[in-house]
Amino acid sequence: MGFPDRIERTVELKQAPGRVWTALTTAEGLAGWFGDTATIDLRPGGSARMTFGEEHVANMRVERVDEPSAFGFTWHIFGLPEDDPRRTYVEFTLEPNGNGTRLKVVETGFAQLSEEAYKVAFDGNTTGWASELGELVTYLDAA
Amino acid sequence: MPPDIEAIAEQVFVALADPSRRALLSELAAAGPATGTELACRLPITRQAIAKHLALLTEAGLVIAEPGERRRVRYRLRSAPMRVAQQFLAALARDWDGPLVALQQHLDKLEE
Repeated sequence: MGFPDRIERTVELKQAPGRVWTALTTAEGLAGWFGDTATIDLRPGGSARMTFGEEHVANMRVERVDEPSAFGFTWHIFGLPEDDPRRTYVEFTLEPNGNGTRLKVVETGFAQLSEEAYKVAFDGNTTGWASELGELVTYLDAA
Repeated sequence: MPPDIEAIAEQVFVALADPSRRALLSELAAAGPATGTELACRLPITRQAIAKHLALLTEAGLVIAEPGERRRVRYRLRSAPMRVAQQFLAALARDWDGPLVALQQHLDKLEE
C-alpha cells in the first residue's frame, strides 16, 4: 500500500525570491493565492490563520523564518478531529534560479506515530499525543 | 514508523470495503456500544451475518467486546486503528499541486 510521511513539490517561478517570500509570508500574499482570507504574525511561535470558504479554517504556528530563503509552519492534520494535537510541518525553501526562484515545499509528519506514541494510543490512552507533539516541537526547534 | 502501522491501515480499509461492516461500524459510531442482538434489530443484516462480521472486526481491532454474560456482550468501536487509516487518507487529501499553480498565477498576475 505505501504509507506516505512526506509530500514534496518543487515549482520554478519567474519572480525573484523577495517577491515569492512576500507571497508566502504576508497576509496579503497568502490571501492572494492560498486562503480566501489570511492573518499572520511572522515570527517563530507566531500564529497564522487562513480561511477557505465559509467554514474551513486553518490555524498555523510559524516555526521558521529565514528571510528570504526558508519559511516553516505547523498545522493541523487535514481530516483528523479538530482537537487532535498531531500536526504536520510544512517548510518552503526558496532558492535563486537565474532571475527567478526554485520553490520547494515539503510537508512531513503524516505518519508521525512513534513506537511509544503508537503503543500508548493502542492502549486506549490519548495522552501520548501531547508528548508526541512536544517531541515534534523540540525536533523542529533543534533543526 | 512501526512496520505494522501499514497492516493496521490495511485492515481498516478491508473492513470498510464491505457494506454490512460499514453499516455495523456506522451504527456503533452513531449510537454507541450495542449487543449483537440489538444490532440485528436495527440493521437489515441477519444475526448470523452480524456475528461473523463482529468476529472479523474484533480480530482487526476495530471493535472490542466488553466483558459480560455471553448473550449480553456489548461491542464498542475502537478508534485507534481508524486514526492510523485517517493519517494515510490525510496525506492523500493534502493537495499542494492546486495551491502551487495558484501561487504561480498569482505572481504572474502581479507582474502584469
